[in-house]
Amino acid sequence: MAIEELQEIFDDKIKQEIKIEPKDWMPDDYRKTLIRQISQHAHSEIVGMLPEANWITRAPTLKRKAILIAKVQDEAGHGLYLYAAAETLGISREGMVDQLLCGRAKYSSIFNYPTLNWADIGAIGWLVDGAAIMNQVPLCRASFGPYSRAMIRICKEESFHQRQGYEILLTLSRGSKEQKAMAQDALNRWWWPSLMMFGPNDDASPHTVQSMKWKIKRFTNDELRQKFVDVCKEQADILGITIPDPDLKWNKERNHYDFGEINWEEFRNVIKGNGPCNKERLSARVSAHENGEWVREAALAHAKKRRKEVIA
Amino acid sequence: MINNEPLWEVFIRSKQGLDHKHVGSLHAADAQMAIENARDVYTRRMEGVSIWVVESKYIHASNPDEAASLYDPANDKIYRHPTFYNLPDELKYM
Repeated sequence: MAIEELQEIFDDKIKQEIKIEPKDWMPDDYRKTLIRQISQHAHSEIVGMLPEANWITRAPTLKRKAILIAKVQDEAGHGLYLYAAAETLGISREGMVDQLLCGRAKYSSIFNYPTLNWADIGAIGWLVDGAAIMNQVPLCRASFGPYSRAMIRICKEESFHQRQGYEILLTLSRGSKEQKAMAQDALNRWWWPSLMMFGPNDDASPHTVQSMKWKIKRFTNDELRQKFVDVCKEQADILGITIPDPDLKWNKERNHYDFGEINWEEFRNVIKGNGPCNKERLSARVSAHENGEWVREAALAHAKKRRKEVIA
Repeated sequence: MINNEPLWEVFIRSKQGLDHKHVGSLHAADAQMAIENARDVYTRRMEGVSIWVVESKYIHASNPDEAASLYDPANDKIYRHPTFYNLPDELKYM
């Protein structure tokens, strides 16, 4: 079939909300965009385990520890769903892992911030997972089948993550004066980086227009950020803590909260690799990969030996 | 990198009486490890009572470009559906 004809069939499927599946013809740029987005998303899930794993051994109770382990295990699972979805587009797992370990691939800037105390685990669940859900729910309708199916599975699991984080902050905010101060301090440090998770403003986001035409994205970065701010205000009020933004106020005409300017300089800096924990995160991944090499070798050697035994 | 664990497709029976359904894929060195990994990746919340794994290279698929001609013979046989047949209104049960 001529390329124009294939393009027409593809466009028609997108228009009719028919999912694109791995073996279907698709434009090269659509494939590249998906590989970039899905692999970055997978890397974020994997690197995202690090700041939280930092508190598994110091969780305040056995219940909190069991919950945190389950959550971190979910993040590993989410990374695996997404790597598998990206592989259907023709990139290898090794290729993606290499891109991450050599520092070429991006992952969400939020995971380059440190988790200084237990309240940060609450703030990550509430805000970071909350922002992720805001992003991910529309991705369940993404036009590429394997991505959409992975996102549906992820979203089902994500809501426990947000609730457990909110509950940590709720407990702290109803505790002693010091505990309430911890909750406020965590909100102060995580609020702005969470807003940055939605990416640059629409006029500075080079991929958004095309991604929306392809129905990979359904909302722009600014639309999602606005939704997030709108729901967080009430949630912060119930916790009795204050969002650290003097410009945050209800705008009757817009029917939305107005909020202050994000420090884009900081955002760009963290993306470039100069955030508080970029080096630490990457070296943790590299060392996990290198120290796991013998396990992968042993697994393959064992499989090979078993095959021989079966044949003999 | 020497990690060349083959790719496996994972199928899960969510409860007794239902078919195994494709849920995704994963890498593992052999079938037993693939099943163990599938348990951890795809059934953390009791999503399954039985797991099948098949090495992806053994899956043969129809070509989507030929879908039109492949399914064409089924397209014009509307008499295969019960709604094709006109029955009298006074017939209450069938």
